[in-house]
Amino acid sequence: MKKIIDFTVQENRSLTDTLFFLTLYAPILPEVAAGQFVNIKVEGSPETFLRRPISIFDADPANGLLYLLIKIAGKGTACLAALKKGDKLNILLPLGNTFTLPGKEERILLIGGGVGIAPLHFLAKTLRQKGGYPELLIGVRSCSEVVLRENLGMVATLHCTTEDGTFGEKGFPIAHSVLRETFDRIYCCGPEPMMKSVAEYAFQKRIACEVSLENTMACGIGACLCCVTETLEGNKCVCTEGPVFNIKALKWQN
Amino acid sequence: MAKLTIDLAGLELKNPVLTASGTFGYGTEFQDFIDLSRLGGFIVKGTTLHPREGNPYPRMAETASGMLNAVGLQNKGVDYFVDRIYPGIKDIKTNILVNVSGSTVCDYVETAAKINELEQIPAIELNISCPNVKEGGMAFGTRCSSVSKVVRAVRKVYRKHLMVKLSPNVTDIQEIACTAEAEGADSLSLINTLMGMAVDIRKRKPVLSTVTGGLSGPCVKPVALRMVWQVAKAVKIPVVGLGGIMNAADALEFLMAGASAIQIGTANFIDPTVTVKIIDGIEAYLDANGFKDIQEIIGII
Repeated sequence: MKKIIDFTVQENRSLTDTLFFLTLYAPILPEVAAGQFVNIKVEGSPETFLRRPISIFDADPANGLLYLLIKIAGKGTACLAALKKGDKLNILLPLGNTFTLPGKEERILLIGGGVGIAPLHFLAKTLRQKGGYPELLIGVRSCSEVVLRENLGMVATLHCTTEDGTFGEKGFPIAHSVLRETFDRIYCCGPEPMMKSVAEYAFQKRIACEVSLENTMACGIGACLCCVTETLEGNKCVCTEGPVFNIKALKWQN
Repeated sequence: MAKLTIDLAGLELKNPVLTASGTFGYGTEFQDFIDLSRLGGFIVKGTTLHPREGNPYPRMAETASGMLNAVGLQNKGVDYFVDRIYPGIKDIKTNILVNVSGSTVCDYVETAAKINELEQIPAIELNISCPNVKEGGMAFGTRCSSVSKVVRAVRKVYRKHLMVKLSPNVTDIQEIACTAEAEGADSLSLINTLMGMAVDIRKRKPVLSTVTGGLSGPCVKPVALRMVWQVAKAVKIPVVGLGGIMNAADALEFLMAGASAIQIGTANFIDPTVTVKIIDGIEAYLDANGFKDIQEIIGII
């Protein structure tokens, strides 16, 4: 069941010029699953009006903790970046669908571009808890953007590409050598060109693949119909029928 | 406890708070957050004779104190509503109104006639003011001759409460309102969104796929309030006010300007519980100021 909850900021950790990591607390947390997101009301930001949809990086319901990795993309997220310990945050959650969990024996590759690693961390943790050994390929521009390696390394085997070659293999994730190996299923979240290149690879190799989309949203609960994406069955709301879509449902195949 | 009930030309509302079409889905989207039976009513999303895919993404642009949308009446058509949606919502203990839209007079008539058969839909809101469709919509609502044609035609087939939703994108809102009244509208709701636009200077392109869209949110409230006040003075039928209502104080402004009921739209996107807060807030205001009946403040100025 969706809820509106006032969280308290426990920690706001700046990771890079544009990335920050929020630890939020509420006495009671609803059940959340990998792939879902939250919609945050931005207080004290007169130039923004709507809530900001953010993927769930991790959740610890037993201790009432919610973890969010956020990229400063505009005025709303810049305002969130300035939050301090003790500040209150009004959040709508949990929203959206979840990743489809794989079968036990499958070899799984997660591919995350930039802040797109957020929902994949939660997915990797879920898979790890179920006894799986997922691999996570991270694609960023430069080594300074490789963040939260400790958290990610605990739940997945890490691979990395940087555009400038300062860490891992040089280039985009789609060119990484790990993709020459065989996988049964791919999950991907990141910039749309990256997700489309991964989808094309998955189509060619006939690998099951889900992507998590990020469209501009207003309500986050399927009421306004603003965040739609084109699918083979017509326009669908990314907020309720996504954000996770099987690539076969999207109109991405050439 | 002040009396909140409203008799909207025969349509009984337990309080003056309705929700605006296109901002409240089919009501069920909000069931996790509020008890829908507390509402005076809710108006389901724009329904057309045939299914519509709506406009391409991007359909939304945030603005200062508001937003532009260009959804374009995405819906699965009236038959889908009748067969698949209506059975699931009809027993909710509040007034459910269907917003009816179309590209031709025939579309409006056929859709209204189908909704007329639904026992637990006591009213329709005739949408002659959608700015986001190429044909029909606002084209009907901005000229007296076409307002006259479509309202008259629908009035012939629709036997229950006929609310007509007006566009603010006109030079003389009173003239349009009087035309709808003369053709048999039971009530008028206003305003639909104001036509606007936004540009992405990085891409050097319009933000919306349709270039223009409909502006809503608190930024439109002064315009909406002025038009509600003008229309309430010009017609005898009740007026339902909407446009940027975010809280009980905003709602009270509309009631005082002459609205017999109000609709909450864009505010539902920010706070899905805002409707019940507004009902409670109106009641608290009336009690605190010694009013026994909401009628005492309607059109007080």
